[in-house]
Amino acid sequence: MALPRMLADTAETEIGCDEVYELLDRYAEMVDRGEDPASLLPLVHQHLERCRDCREELEALLRILKDR
Amino acid sequence: MAKADRSNEEWLSALGAAGPGRESALADLRAVLLAGLRQALRGWVRTSGREFAALAEDFAQEALLLVLKNLEAFRGLSRFTTWANKIAVRVALTELRRRRWQDVSLDSLMESGLDRMFSDSAAQRPVAQVERSGAMQMLQRMMAEELTEKQRTALAAVALHGMPLEEVARRLGTNRNALYKLLHDARVRLKGRFARDGVKPQDMMSGFAPG
Repeated sequence: MALPRMLADTAETEIGCDEVYELLDRYAEMVDRGEDPASLLPLVHQHLERCRDCREELEALLRILKDR
Repeated sequence: MAKADRSNEEWLSALGAAGPGRESALADLRAVLLAGLRQALRGWVRTSGREFAALAEDFAQEALLLVLKNLEAFRGLSRFTTWANKIAVRVALTELRRRRWQDVSLDSLMESGLDRMFSDSAAQRPVAQVERSGAMQMLQRMMAEELTEKQRTALAAVALHGMPLEEVARRLGTNRNALYKLLHDARVRLKGRFARDGVKPQDMMSGFAPG
């Protein structure tokens, strides 16, 4: 993501990678069930839009869940 | 008992107490993790052949140890196997990122210009190049005045070169969570500076829109 876009999307309050990791399994199962984690876990969703490392891990986890 | 049939409580009970039940649960969990890694790592490595089998085995073993070490941290917010797979994914991607970026130093990245901080879709348009040059100078000045050297280095590595946070953190002697917070603080400071100077980040982007 280009820097100007990053700045435009920056929020005063954002949670870090550790808090997201704590909830990543729950978030992935919500996505897998077709629920709306963006509204249920908005700060996690917001972080995942900004952090490629965490997003890659979510995507990998979703590939596992999809294959079950 | 088939592995898919265990409830969270049954996994915890079997893994938490010594005995044949634990061995069986460990073997089942290992199989779950190995199957998961094959799906998870598609697009990262070739997920067939002996080389992958050995790699996945290493990741699964490390993840199993972490699962056992952290059993008490499982909060039951998901299926136990999803939680365990999450740990295996973290183990695997951490190592694969390390391998992918192992020959890249932050110093070598910093030698590149700032211009890639912007969307490069309009880089070839002469008018855009002039606007871009002015915007770059402004951004460079703001970064120099608002950010610490560590923040500038981290921001350039992540935003400019796409280096994983984990790898930047490793090189800066910190961890991923602390680096995210450092970068967040940098973004907030820059955004505040933009606001004080009456510049909207969106305005900066407009000069670089696709032609």
